[in-house]
Amino acid sequence: MPKMNLSHFEASFLFALLVSIVLGVVTKRNDRERLEYGIYTFACFMVALFGLGWLMYLGHR
Amino acid sequence: MAQTKEQRQAPPPIGQWLPAVALGWLVPGGGHVLLKRPGRGALLGITITLMFVLGLMMRGSMFQPQTGDLLTVLINVGGFIGDACSGILYLLSAWLGYGQPDMAGHVHDYGTKFLVTAGLLNILAMVDAFEIAAGRKD
Repeated sequence: MPKMNLSHFEASFLFALLVSIVLGVVTKRNDRERLEYGIYTFACFMVALFGLGWLMYLGHR
Repeated sequence: MAQTKEQRQAPPPIGQWLPAVALGWLVPGGGHVLLKRPGRGALLGITITLMFVLGLMMRGSMFQPQTGDLLTVLINVGGFIGDACSGILYLLSAWLGYGQPDMAGHVHDYGTKFLVTAGLLNILAMVDAFEIAAGRKD
């Protein structure tokens, strides 16, 4: 099995993408709502990712 | 009102949902395919499998149940349950010896979390299959 070396951002991005897809599929009742919820969840992950990233960067200056 | 609530919460017969939930555990997305939702089943199967395989490729470690203080039990038993919920993916990787020792490094750490999260997402898929089989969801 090949080994993957990902940065924090790449790993977090993949994590957010895959979790958002599953949350979108299992949560809502029709396809449009599923798509909207998946995009919403992914956006929340990204906001948290960049927000915490900046927080840690500023905290270590 | 109370009677209506009781009627709504009455559990469906086990034969109605057990095959879908059991297949959903063994093969991620399999429960949805059994319930004639092949598109959603395929999407769940591909996503959960991809998450598990990425975890293996990052050399994530599999949890083994351990006893000791409360935090050790919580992390290791909980992690083991999370890993085992991936079904055939976990069983195959354990049988074929893909389990890695716990190593330092952020990539290995992400890999371990990917492996556990694949199992946790499969639990969500199994709950969804249960709700569909029980007629609580389309």
